[in-house]
Amino acid sequence: MELTTVWFALIAILWMGYFALEGFDFGVGMLLPVLGKSDRERRVLINTIGPVWDGNEVWLLVAGGATFAAFPEWYATLFSGFYLPLLLILVALIVRGVAFEYRHKHEDATWKSRWDTAIIVGSFVPAFLWGVAFANIVGGVKIDAEMEYVGGFFELLNPYALLGGAMTLLLFLTHGAVFISLKTDGPIRLAARALAVKVGLAAAVVTVVFLTWTQLETGSTASLVAFGLAAVALVAGLVALPAAREGWAFLGTFLAILLGVAGLFLALFPDVMPTTLADGISLTTTNAAATAYTLKIMTVVAAIFTPLVLMYQAWTYWVFRKRISVHHIPEPALAGQGS
Amino acid sequence: MDPLDIARWQFAITTVYHFMFVPISIGLSAMVAGYQVAWLRTGNTQWLRLTRFFGKLFLINFAIGVVTGIVQEFQFGMNWSDYSRFVGDVFGAPLAIEGLLAFFLESTFLGLWIFGWDRLPAKLHNACMWLVHLGTLFSAYFILAANSWMQNPVGYAFNPETGRAEMNDFAAVMFNKVQLVTFPHVVLAAYMTAAAFVVGIAFWHMRREQAVDATSDETSMWRKATRTGAWIVLVTGIGVAAVGDIQGKVMTEVQPMKMAAAEALYETEQPASFSVLTIGTPDGEHEKFAITIPRLLSFLATGTTDGEVKGIRELREQYKETYGQDPGAAYYSAGDYTPNIPTTYWTFRFMMGLGFLAMGVATWLLWATRKGRAPAGRLLYLAVVLLPFMPLFANSMGWIFTELGRQPWAVFGLMTTASAVSPGVSATEMLISLITLTAVYGVLAIVEVRLLLTYIRKGADPVTEDDLPKVRSDDDADKPFAFAY
Ligand code: HDD
Ligand code: HEM
Ligand code: HEM
Repeated sequence: MELTTVWFALIAILWMGYFALEGFDFGVGMLLPVLGKSDRERRVLINTIGPVWDGNEVWLLVAGGATFAAFPEWYATLFSGFYLPLLLILVALIVRGVAFEYRHKHEDATWKSRWDTAIIVGSFVPAFLWGVAFANIVGGVKIDAEMEYVGGFFELLNPYALLGGAMTLLLFLTHGAVFISLKTDGPIRLAARALAVKVGLAAAVVTVVFLTWTQLETGSTASLVAFGLAAVALVAGLVALPAAREGWAFLGTFLAILLGVAGLFLALFPDVMPTTLADGISLTTTNAAATAYTLKIMTVVAAIFTPLVLMYQAWTYWVFRKRISVHHIPEPALAGQGS
Repeated sequence: MDPLDIARWQFAITTVYHFMFVPISIGLSAMVAGYQVAWLRTGNTQWLRLTRFFGKLFLINFAIGVVTGIVQEFQFGMNWSDYSRFVGDVFGAPLAIEGLLAFFLESTFLGLWIFGWDRLPAKLHNACMWLVHLGTLFSAYFILAANSWMQNPVGYAFNPETGRAEMNDFAAVMFNKVQLVTFPHVVLAAYMTAAAFVVGIAFWHMRREQAVDATSDETSMWRKATRTGAWIVLVTGIGVAAVGDIQGKVMTEVQPMKMAAAEALYETEQPASFSVLTIGTPDGEHEKFAITIPRLLSFLATGTTDGEVKGIRELREQYKETYGQDPGAAYYSAGDYTPNIPTTYWTFRFMMGLGFLAMGVATWLLWATRKGRAPAGRLLYLAVVLLPFMPLFANSMGWIFTELGRQPWAVFGLMTTASAVSPGVSATEMLISLITLTAVYGVLAIVEVRLLLTYIRKGADPVTEDDLPKVRSDDDADKPFAFAY
């Protein structure tokens, strides 16, 4: 296989990992007001992702860095082209990240509710905008002969892209609810399970519509297979829920996201950013790529370190495998502190 | 304002801001891990209390370091897309490797450390913090290798067909001679910064406690932190200066204009004297008043007391011969290939000056607290409370000097800053970004400083027999966790 194809695949894997992992912690963030009625319950929710959310986010950073190194033209066109949505995502990730760390540091209702807002909005915005961005990448945008994006901000908000956004939003909500039902005990667990089924049905409908649309526009046989399997995994996951098979349900939503993203990349290949302009240039795995030398170096590094990273990330999930419930939450760090 | 100016302001603001948190993350992770080792070795709970206390401050700091880093990573593509196209082949690799090697390590093991007090055996728990520290060092290494390549591009060939710099020697990029001096300089500076942070806080507590009871356990704990910290400031400070001296010579070799700019040296001199302080006309072309040390600049730049140091005027001609007309001349008013002289001159002095000042304060403190002495003087108190800011600002000064001294180049000799900016992004979009990020950073700064102060004031929690860390057994299944968000 060509090294450019290998790197296209690796970048696809990084995004798959990112969405399947951070997908559930976006979901947990968005469900904070729904499933966390009291402060203690909210802390239970936040603590289900406490030790892992930052590690999940690094998948994004590595996907960005790998794109920069392996496909500099893609990185340049994408990041400068989707400027304002990316800025919004950045701000959301900033306030959300700080909120996890700072929220519990003051026993003050206003302080906490402000950080709760940061977590909720900071989870909703990227959960929606990543879908919008990916739909635009796969569907194609106006890229001129200089490989510059020339459509405006509002052209990114076309119906197909908005549907993509709705899909990721609903999928992450479902994924998050399933994760909560897997990681907690007591009333939260039951509420999460019930909610997951409801949101999951909506997610399934939107996902099937969006993937069918994509398949008709740009699909290949390979993408069809991936999309089909994604749909099966999602439905199987939802079916496992009422029987309290939360582990299986989580596997289902996890695989659905992995396969769905894989399908999008398969539908994209061999383009990386197709143009919709007649006289424009589509970025492809060849014309956007770095040199073979750089790709070779990176391949060696990735081959050595990716397994290592996967091992210790898996170990973290093992260390924190136990369910959490309200009685596990210790007293506040700064008890009795006002303001 | 045109997009170039806005992009530059944004880069300068966000990077300098990011680097307020970075040195403390690098240095404090090692110190916290070190306190934890001291506790494990001696069983003295004072060290455990220090581990927990500075561990909390570390986390408050680290959170902002992480989120501001994300902006850095995206910013190259958003604001500097032509730059990214041009250098991606060389520059992207260290960035990607940094993510894979460093960021995963830092974030995963920090999660384990924060929540692992009662889940992991003590030594393994401590190892997690050491791995976080290792992650910060990897991170620094790769990002500084990328930056060093911009200062001194090596291991690449320019491909006229694609118009890009293409890497042909990865080892040369990783072991660039600029990198080999920059890495120790920056990492030692980071240790110095974190230690100064610790000393300022510990001494403040020590003074309060000794007024209550000079022989108490509290006093003795803060005293330990103060004195070990002050030693670290002093030793790493000497290291920073020693490496900086070598760096000056490397810099004179690869970017002679930067050395001339650092000294506002217009005419070539042999031997050259070092100017301690000069008041000149605003553009720096003419001096009005100066204090100089004969031959010192020759020594700093070349290693001999009578070496020749080239001046700005001669270098301008030389650069023009090598690179042709300055493509950025219309944009930079300072003159062909000349960075902003007053800024480079003063930032260089402030970097060194603040460093020496910090070392001086640390020495004074060590002397004043020798053999159990408990100084009460106000002047020392004031100096030590200000101590954390000295290396912190020295860092900012160092970066502003290094980066502005390289102008008009983004990649020295290859690409100007003016041609690096994204052609497709409008000034309005960039302005929205600049304003938004500056506002968010401003709010975060206020929140984080207030939170730090609250936690600093509160002091180190006492440790009782009950809350010594132990691994949870199945009997503890329903007990609260040792730590939770
Ligand atoms: C000398 C060290 C150094 C320098 C020059 C920089 N950084 Fe940094 N960065 C770190 C040292 C560091 C660190 C110590 O590793 C941090 C600080 C706190 C932290 O969480 O990790 C970090 C965090 C951090 C993160 C978040 C990592 C995470 O989620 O865990 C990113 C994406 C970047 N940085 C990227 C950059 C980029 C693109 C830079 C260049 C413009 C940059 N940093 C300059
Ligand atoms: C964290 C430490 C760093 C600080 C504090 C810093 C600071 C600065 C400053 C003050 C400027 C000048 C802005 C201006 O022109 O007015 C600048 C420019 C620049 N720096 Fe750095 N820098 C740092 C690290 C890096 C690193 C590690 C890289 C690359 C990996 C980098 C890449 C650039 C680029 C591309 C520019 C061009 C933009 C410009 O000149 O304005 N910097 N930086
Ligand atoms: C006291 C003697 C010092 C000397 C002789 C010295 C020398 C230098 C030189 C020559 C550079 C520019 C390198 C280049 O652009 O190629 C530099 C950069 C820098 N310095 Fe210093 N320095 C000193 C102290 C300090 C202190 C105390 C700190 C902070 C605590 C510090 C932090 C930095 C930083 C962050 C940079 C930018 C990164 C780099 O290029 O290494 N320096 N220093």
